[in-house]
Amino acid sequence: MSTETAAPTVNSAKATAQDAIKANLREYGLVLALIAIMIFFQFTTSGVLFKPVNLTNLILQNSYIIVMALGMLLVIVAGHIDLSVGSVAGFIGAVAAVLMVDFGFNPFLAGLICICVGAVIGGVQGYFIAYMKIPSFIVTLAGMLVFKGLALWLLGGRSVGPFQPEFQMLSAGFIPDPIGPWTIGGVKLHATTIVIALLIVAGMLFAALKSRRNRESHGYDAEPFGFFVLKNAVMAGIVLFLLYMLASYRGLPNVLVVMGVLIAAFVFVTKRMTFGRRIYAMGGNVKAAALSGIHTERLTFYIFAIMGALAALAGLIFAARLNMATPKAGAGMELDVIAAVFIGGASALGGVGQVAGAVIGAFIMGVMNNGMSIMGINIDWQQVIKGLVLLGAVAFDLYNKKKA
Amino acid sequence: MSDDIILEMRDITKTFPGVKALENVNLKVRRGDIHAICGENGAGKSTLMKVLSGVYPFGSYSGDIRYEGQQCHFNGIHDSEKRGIVIIHQELALVPMLSIAENMFLGNEQATNGIINWDKVRRRAAELLKKVGLREDPDTLITNIGTGKQQLVEIAKALAKDVRLLILDEPTASLSEKDSQSLLDLLVEFKAQGMTSIMISHKLNEIKRIADQITIIRDGQSIETMDKADITEDRIVTSMVGRSLENRYPHREPNIGETIFEVKNWSVHHPLHPERQIIKSVNLSVRKGEVVGIAGLMGAGRTEFAMSVFGRSYGTNITGDVLLHGKKADTSTVGKAVKAGLAYATEDRKVYGLNLIDHIKHNVTVANLPSVSSKLGVIDDNAELRAANEYRKKTNIRSSSVYQITGNLSGGNQQKVVLSKWLFANPDVLILDEPTRGIDVGAKYEIYTIINKLADEGKGILVISSEMPELLGICDRIYVLNEGRIVAEMKASEASQEKIMRAIVRGEEKAA
Ligand SMILES: Nc1ncnc2c1ncn2[C@@H]1O[C@H](COP(=O)(O)OP(=O)(O)OP(=O)(O)O)[C@@H](O)[C@H]1O
Ligand SMILES: [Mg+2]
Repeated sequence: MSTETAAPTVNSAKATAQDAIKANLREYGLVLALIAIMIFFQFTTSGVLFKPVNLTNLILQNSYIIVMALGMLLVIVAGHIDLSVGSVAGFIGAVAAVLMVDFGFNPFLAGLICICVGAVIGGVQGYFIAYMKIPSFIVTLAGMLVFKGLALWLLGGRSVGPFQPEFQMLSAGFIPDPIGPWTIGGVKLHATTIVIALLIVAGMLFAALKSRRNRESHGYDAEPFGFFVLKNAVMAGIVLFLLYMLASYRGLPNVLVVMGVLIAAFVFVTKRMTFGRRIYAMGGNVKAAALSGIHTERLTFYIFAIMGALAALAGLIFAARLNMATPKAGAGMELDVIAAVFIGGASALGGVGQVAGAVIGAFIMGVMNNGMSIMGINIDWQQVIKGLVLLGAVAFDLYNKKKA
Repeated sequence: MSDDIILEMRDITKTFPGVKALENVNLKVRRGDIHAICGENGAGKSTLMKVLSGVYPFGSYSGDIRYEGQQCHFNGIHDSEKRGIVIIHQELALVPMLSIAENMFLGNEQATNGIINWDKVRRRAAELLKKVGLREDPDTLITNIGTGKQQLVEIAKALAKDVRLLILDEPTASLSEKDSQSLLDLLVEFKAQGMTSIMISHKLNEIKRIADQITIIRDGQSIETMDKADITEDRIVTSMVGRSLENRYPHREPNIGETIFEVKNWSVHHPLHPERQIIKSVNLSVRKGEVVGIAGLMGAGRTEFAMSVFGRSYGTNITGDVLLHGKKADTSTVGKAVKAGLAYATEDRKVYGLNLIDHIKHNVTVANLPSVSSKLGVIDDNAELRAANEYRKKTNIRSSSVYQITGNLSGGNQQKVVLSKWLFANPDVLILDEPTRGIDVGAKYEIYTIINKLADEGKGILVISSEMPELLGICDRIYVLNEGRIVAEMKASEASQEKIMRAIVRGEEKAA
């Protein structure tokens, strides 16, 4: 008998515009949801939401949530949870304050120490989870209590601040404008921001084209060209618009640069690197991953160490923003972070989730916070609405998946 | 035999995104028959049965189902179960930490006003267990009984639902010869009591023995239905694969070199009960270009042996040495074992083999990511895609592309993905645990051909299999393992099923 029969391909249909829209709706549904929510608040706040100063504020307010959401994404994809991040962020803010204000440490040195302490905290929790096999829910619940308590003890009930100006720059500063301001159409623009925006868009388009070529060269149907152009034009338009708004205020906030670099790094790690791939493999089936030679314990340990470092960074950003460390700092943040990741499409069972989704999820939460505050909705109702949106988003996502 | 038709499925068509799994399939089953369904992996057998039992609800497929003369619109298995149609899936659906009795009445609790009547549950469970010939306490936890007994529990569970049409999807795939026999006997007994069954199986000898009629499905279409009188294994095969298959086992001229893999004085203890020794001082070796088999009954410790060698993935207090190429090798973690040139393809693809929520490409490369990535750990997408495509072709995986989610593949094709993963890791010694479980005859031949090719390339292959003809057909040498001890070693040319069985029995007597 002959065994040379090629692997049969089962009715692979040519991708039509309709298929492409369907597939993309699921992938970009979240972006659309974010846009819809923003437009909604643009109206209900009578145009305040899209004011350059408010957009800048929105980013500053949400930066620490997004930073932590990146780590939380890894944790949740790996099939775990980290409840301690809010407390750790608060604790690290306290450590930073004590180092800088009480002991006069240089802000950069203090920041470095704090991030290392955060990584160690995460690593210790990771050790219990990975090697002692204690469920992450329990370990980090304990961590949440411990670090909340330690922060209180360290600050002795006082609020410590203010910090040196260099440290405040982390949250309050903007990138310099060496190119100098441009005035276009009567609006004074931060030129460097505009240049960066153009570079980012060019990079995005280049990457999209390259990946399309790649697919085609392997004989996979790419989506129709018209649709491809439209999709990328919209994405580029959104990026340009947002950065233009920032440029018309004071340019890119420093913290957005930090965030941008981190987001890019995490996208790269999760999509292109073995480290990221192994996290998905582990989250999908931990036994199969272990039997495929993945050091599941070590991997878990690293993930929690990274989470700890990011929680520390978030703590620093938060402290710098308030310009003081308070005993209450960080309380409840973990809930916003976890919610952001789930709204972003991650699965509580592990193995599924995207960095971009988590970031957009965080922005959805952020825009809602911001919009509702401007509208003057009470904090109690804000909570209710956020809770319902979380539930609705996840339910909608599951419904979509089931239908496909 | 009458022509009383209990079930008729007409023009059933079912599509998944990008895949037409069934196309105008017709099936007629006579009352009181054992009706077999045969077909290659991915032909659509399981899908057809899921349509019948309402797993895929009415409206998600097209075509008619007439059962007991009535049109059926099932919206879930509850509806089909109400009509006495019960399906036992390819992958058993028992809850490991619940007892036999609890599992049997899961979803069918013996309760009044929501309060479970435990006396009644136990009594009924005991009755039904007796009916299926399972001598176990109904309170025993599922995790503590073997696969063969679990299969019987599934059947007892079906009986508890007043089954009139029993559907079994590859019921004997993971059963030992003995357990398979008793299960088939049981089906024949039920038949005598008037029950109708539909059985999917890749084991042609079983089908020939008990089936009254066979329907063949190929590439999502029903090809033909044969009566008992016309059934021969050759005819089934021809109809299944669309051409005749002269030989079940491809021929190979063994070209055997020096020893490349040796295990010395290997002893392993049970992970939870360290006082129990599972593997007792096992010695074995594999030479270059040699295919070596390990025969034995279920529970002889073959999988435990292999997993303990492969990165100590099973057991505690492991002692003994592993030698690769004559040198002591450190195989204490899976990573080290893989690096040393060892690979182990698991028998349990769902639990230990695959990431079911991810696609074929990622599953194939996961054990050897470094070979498609840079030193710094950046994956080269093109290289990965090429590799995945190459192995998909090599092992003939039926899927829409390498981007199909493995959880949606048919059982046999999932097995091929596991195999691809380990071929891609390019080991010197490959341990294959039940490599053809649940695989159709054509694909089996392909897998044997792959094994032969690997041996010709100078690799050492260790095959664990419960199918003795398979071991006799493809191996050069066979070890017989019984109760954790090697009780015999024989050249395949001098071996026979009787000889292997005799070795096992002798081993058992000695142990007693
Ligand atoms: N949920 C699903 N989504 C997409 N494709 C599916 C899904 N379920 C099954 N398929 C496809 O339908 C086809 C038939 O699968 P099915 O499980 O019925 O095969 P089978 O005949 O039972 O094979 P085996 O002998 O290997 O068990 C396969 O090509 C499979 O990939
Ligand atoms: Mg099947």
